[in-house]
Amino acid sequence: MAVPLLDVRDLSVAYLSEAGDVGAVDHVDLAVEAGEFVALVGESSCGKSTLVFAIARLLAPPAEQTGGTITFRGEDLVHLRGEALRHLRWRDYSVVMQSAMNALNPMKSLEAQFGDAMRAHEHVSRSAIRQRTVEVLRLVGIDPVHRQSYPHQLSGGMRQRAMIAMALLFSPSLILMDEPTSALDVVAQRSLMGQITQLQRELGFAVVFVTHDMSLVSHYSDRLVVMYAGQVVEAAPTATLFGRPLHPYSRGLFDAFPSIRGPRTRLTGIPGSPPDLRRPPAGCRFHPRCPVVMEACRTQAPRLADQDGTLVRCLRYPGSAAT
Amino acid sequence: MTMPAVAGADAALLRTEGLTRHFRLGGMFSGRQLHAVDGVSLEIRPREIVALVGESGSGKTTVARLLALLYRPTSGRIVYDGRPVDRLRSRRDLLWYRGQVPTVFQDPYGSLNPVFRVSHGVLRALQLHRPELSPAARQAEAERVFETVGLSPARRLLRAFPYELSGGQRQRVGFAQALAVQPRLILADEPVSMLDVSIRIGLLNLMRDLRDQAGVSILFITHDIASARYLADRMLVMYGGHLVETGPTEAILGAPRHPYTQLLVASAPDPRQQLTEPAGALAAEPPRVIDPPDGCRFVGRCPVAVALCAQRTPALTQLAPEHHAACWVAAAAASGERAQVAQQVLER
Repeated sequence: MAVPLLDVRDLSVAYLSEAGDVGAVDHVDLAVEAGEFVALVGESSCGKSTLVFAIARLLAPPAEQTGGTITFRGEDLVHLRGEALRHLRWRDYSVVMQSAMNALNPMKSLEAQFGDAMRAHEHVSRSAIRQRTVEVLRLVGIDPVHRQSYPHQLSGGMRQRAMIAMALLFSPSLILMDEPTSALDVVAQRSLMGQITQLQRELGFAVVFVTHDMSLVSHYSDRLVVMYAGQVVEAAPTATLFGRPLHPYSRGLFDAFPSIRGPRTRLTGIPGSPPDLRRPPAGCRFHPRCPVVMEACRTQAPRLADQDGTLVRCLRYPGSAAT
Repeated sequence: MTMPAVAGADAALLRTEGLTRHFRLGGMFSGRQLHAVDGVSLEIRPREIVALVGESGSGKTTVARLLALLYRPTSGRIVYDGRPVDRLRSRRDLLWYRGQVPTVFQDPYGSLNPVFRVSHGVLRALQLHRPELSPAARQAEAERVFETVGLSPARRLLRAFPYELSGGQRQRVGFAQALAVQPRLILADEPVSMLDVSIRIGLLNLMRDLRDQAGVSILFITHDIASARYLADRMLVMYGGHLVETGPTEAILGAPRHPYTQLLVASAPDPRQQLTEPAGALAAEPPRVIDPPDGCRFVGRCPVAVALCAQRTPALTQLAPEHHAACWVAAAAASGERAQVAQQVLER
């Protein structure tokens, strides 16, 4: 098998605190092929955003990577520092944040801030900046007259599009997206998702897409990675996972959102709330909320194991119980 | 725009007639008006859950604030239990109304005072709205409402500070506060949108149980039509400050009449279904609500618009039992008068 575009191995990230370290990401493996759309799904505090920040090398104290490797296009990202990292970042991979209103500079027009990003990497003329700004705005479906607009003059959907345009300035091979659509209403959300996948087809970049809403990515992602309490609990091709979710947590998530079609039945959601990661539960981290918990789950931590092509971390499957 | 009389309209618990709220923009001499809510006539019946659905900027939160008497209407009326309430001013009257119609806000992190234990809000609401209760009775009542909303053990959780509770628990505190005053209608403004998917269902179930067991009506404001469908008996769809479609939830979702509702239904993500391309412009500009011209506010994005749509504002018209839509084309189609609309357009 070829070397994946992004290869995260055994990555751990902790938030250091006096009351005890919070293990936000716990021994996570994640491989992303060129051009692939991988969705990271889970509740708040499951570690999905921290994982993306770690990959982007944006962790700031008190967060600290405590183990593992991140290899991007064969280069070890963990040990890149200063200039070398700066050179790679944004040119080869870029990040789209959750809240575009906070991620864009309110004091600068789109063209001015796009220019800043370009000048950080190369000497470019004003006309080159203007030309590229117009190009990327066209790509995301924003009328180029808005290159002179300030963020507050754009609607929420347009701001998110502008963020994506900015992420495309250098034709990167990987774009990390942290809940880019969660501030939008369904129609704008739907339109943005369609646009991201269309751009992906045209330009061939890979996407790591973080979301808490499984249903949102169901039609767009190639692979789904479900995280719970800092760990990957299930990973599979999207269709496989939606067709037959194996982990009780994935099943719970799947049953947690009402449908707009079909019979109206009472749903139950997942009772309880995610654990305190300073003191994660013994055994399986999901066992206090699990509807099909067994005695062994309280003491034995399951391994992530292959079950017919799906990786799953649950003692109900034979591979997970092996030590 | 008026809502045609429907059977049992007098049985409404809360009713609005042509509710309108404009905001003046710019400086003192600026004549520009933002039409946040225009001519909204709605009703909420006893023991009914009504969902008010629309995109951000459609005016649904302004409606909630008008109904909570946090804004005064520019024009139009609000009638609660047969009594006009939009002009209530005195502290006693407002206290009475807000006890009957409390609000639960969107942000469970911002709506609780962080320096007080969560019992503070509930006990204070009880003290204000039910002064006849003794301190011991207030405590007992606070425990009862906490248990009702699933905050158990109530005695311990009442003593918690907001930071000690999860988002879902905090939102339950919001409902406990509303419930403590023995309301008849709860205005719930996006009560689940900031909660995790796995916790949302619990809150939706709670709202349904409150209706079933405590008999309250709920106005459930949301941009998520899937949860609206899960919970609501009737749906009101807003677009650009206008009500564009109203009716029983299943009737609307089964056969949406207004093109905006159709777009909304087609856009809702549903992993159980094949992806279909919705008709209509997904990413068009927002409706013009600053000094808007006459005509349907959806006209710029509408796939079936005719010339008439940009000239005259369509009124809500009954197209099926209890099912109304404000759309010239849908109205014409319903009565088989498509040709007539075309005729009207030609004549103008």
